[in-house]
Amino acid sequence: MLLQADNISKTFFRNTGSANYFYAVSPLSMEIRPGTVTVLTGRSGSGKTTLLNMLCGILQPTEGRVLMDRTDLYSLDDAALSRFRNEHIGVIPQARSAVDTLTAEENILLPARLYGKDPPAEKARRWMENFEIAHLAGVFPRELSGGELRRMAIIRAVIRDPDLLFADEPTGDLDDENTHRVLSALHDLAHGENKAVFIVTHENDAEKYADRVFRMDRGEVFPLA
Amino acid sequence: MKILPLSVKNLARKPGRTTALVLLTAFLALAVFGGSVITLSLRAGLRSLEARLGADIILVPSEAESKVSFRNMFLQGTTGAFYMDASVAEKALEVPGVEKAAPQTFLASLKADCCSVKIQVIGIDPSRDFTVQPWIARSLKNELGDMEVAVGCKVGAGIGETIRIYEQRCKVTACLEPTGTGLDTAVYCNMKTMDTLLAAAEAKGVSHRISSGDDSVVSAVYIKVRDGYDIGDVNTALTGKLRKVTAVRTRSMLTGVSDSLAGISRTVTAMIVVIWVLAFVILLLAYTLIVRERSREFAVLRLLGASRNMLGRMALYESAVCGLIGGIAGTGIAAVGVFSFSALIEGSLGLPYLIPGFSTILCLAAGTILLSVAVSALTSAFAAWRLSRVNPGTALRDGA
Ligand SMILES: Nc1ncnc2c1ncn2[C@@H]1O[C@H](COP(=O)(O)OP(=O)(O)O)[C@@H](O)[C@H]1O
Ligand SMILES: [Mg+2]
Repeated sequence: MLLQADNISKTFFRNTGSANYFYAVSPLSMEIRPGTVTVLTGRSGSGKTTLLNMLCGILQPTEGRVLMDRTDLYSLDDAALSRFRNEHIGVIPQARSAVDTLTAEENILLPARLYGKDPPAEKARRWMENFEIAHLAGVFPRELSGGELRRMAIIRAVIRDPDLLFADEPTGDLDDENTHRVLSALHDLAHGENKAVFIVTHENDAEKYADRVFRMDRGEVFPLA
Repeated sequence: MKILPLSVKNLARKPGRTTALVLLTAFLALAVFGGSVITLSLRAGLRSLEARLGADIILVPSEAESKVSFRNMFLQGTTGAFYMDASVAEKALEVPGVEKAAPQTFLASLKADCCSVKIQVIGIDPSRDFTVQPWIARSLKNELGDMEVAVGCKVGAGIGETIRIYEQRCKVTACLEPTGTGLDTAVYCNMKTMDTLLAAAEAKGVSHRISSGDDSVVSAVYIKVRDGYDIGDVNTALTGKLRKVTAVRTRSMLTGVSDSLAGISRTVTAMIVVIWVLAFVILLLAYTLIVRERSREFAVLRLLGASRNMLGRMALYESAVCGLIGGIAGTGIAAVGVFSFSALIEGSLGLPYLIPGFSTILCLAAGTILLSVAVSALTSAFAAWRLSRVNPGTALRDGA
């Protein structure tokens, strides 16, 4: 699936002296193609998360459109957009994102269960083994470390086999070995299964796994190398 | 229904939160159900009293005034040991405007060897009676024969059994419907049986003699005033004609009861309304806090593709279950309380108290439970609906 951002921007209220709003993301257009890994870097507060949220269908741009194979995401009603996200878009948010009343495995299978699909338990097990959290399947989130929760969230994002995968600083709380594991898994998804992968990261290493790298600064996006 | 299993897990895995919500609704259901049953019982008690008391005026010997409270005599059916000449009934009929005059004779049994409670024996004249006869007739097909008795529902004797009153054996031929008053511990017989019992009591040293020396005595005469006559005038005429007899108007008594009943009804209703308004506010507050505490959880669900609608349903299911369990528990506890302490409630109110029939109770219980579910569901759905407007991206930004 081809994702096209068509001149999108986001403003938030803030008194800047000259105006009472500011551009968290200045107007920009970009394409995210299947089979590629796109990496976005930039300093904290530069607007990376805001851009990612607009692209993945949970934050309506102030102006512009987000097209997914010609479907204008934000013209869909809530039920349709929600379902579309569930089926086609996987998101690994920057913040802690576990459902506390569900075990790690239940969290992972939740996206499938929301719409009554057969839970792909075999796939979940494979990924958990690969990420070394298989032994934590029945454990509740409050007993998991930040890194373990992060890996859980990653598996949950891919469990529905989405066409697009968004990851917001997915390796922030991982050690080197797991960072490598996660990034190469995302890379394999793009190149092995023709997914479009979009990663926001501080990690300089990440650029090794990237097909395209962008840098963000005060709401503006610049292509790198 | 894909969201339902999630609701179930949320309830089961947050037992503290679930218990608190269940307790809150249980308390509300308890108040509503208990209050309604008490109010309805009082209303039913008054209705049965009105139906039974067709009398406009009651004649009792003047000495009765010091021996019994007329109010209790009416409301609770308590009787006393006071007697006057049986001819009072005939004499009363000679007064213009008196349509019917039905005599009754009271006899308080000693601790009867039949029964756990001290019973009152009331002799009636079936051919003249219009006050208790219609009520007795509902349970008894034929007239009361000699040495036969109809017993109140709380006497504890069954049809066909024999009870002994002052050593006299009487056969129970009917058990009467409950009235919610002291009449439920009374035993009814005809005048001929009463004469035998009075004689037996006399032999035991319980005197009922009156100074006139006439053998035949009655305790009270119930008067029905002919249509078109003023009850006050008839009352005056009766007092003038009959010596050593007091005439009491029943209407004034019943009005008093109606008034205090209306007062109690109003108080209870007002209390129920206040409790529910309070409950609504408390529940809304509780659910708002809970939902806010869960804003991150809701945002994650949104992120994974749950629609606003689904989140609303999830909150609705959870609170409906809490409402249902709380409603059933509260209604159940109230039922146990109200029914097992009904004697106590009845006694402390001093008013006729007749618990409504099974089907009414069932409707009331169902209504209470439904209300609990509806209010819980409504308040939580409202809270969830408000929260789901918050953007999931924004909700997930806070912290971490
Ligand atoms: N909901 C919001 N309301 C107001 N300002 C916001 C909101 N979300 C983000 N911002 C601001 O927009 C800017 C970009 O934020 P963000 O996209 O989270 O940056 P990054 O992810 O690059 O650290 C920051 O200055 C932040 O304070
Ligand atoms: Mg960010």
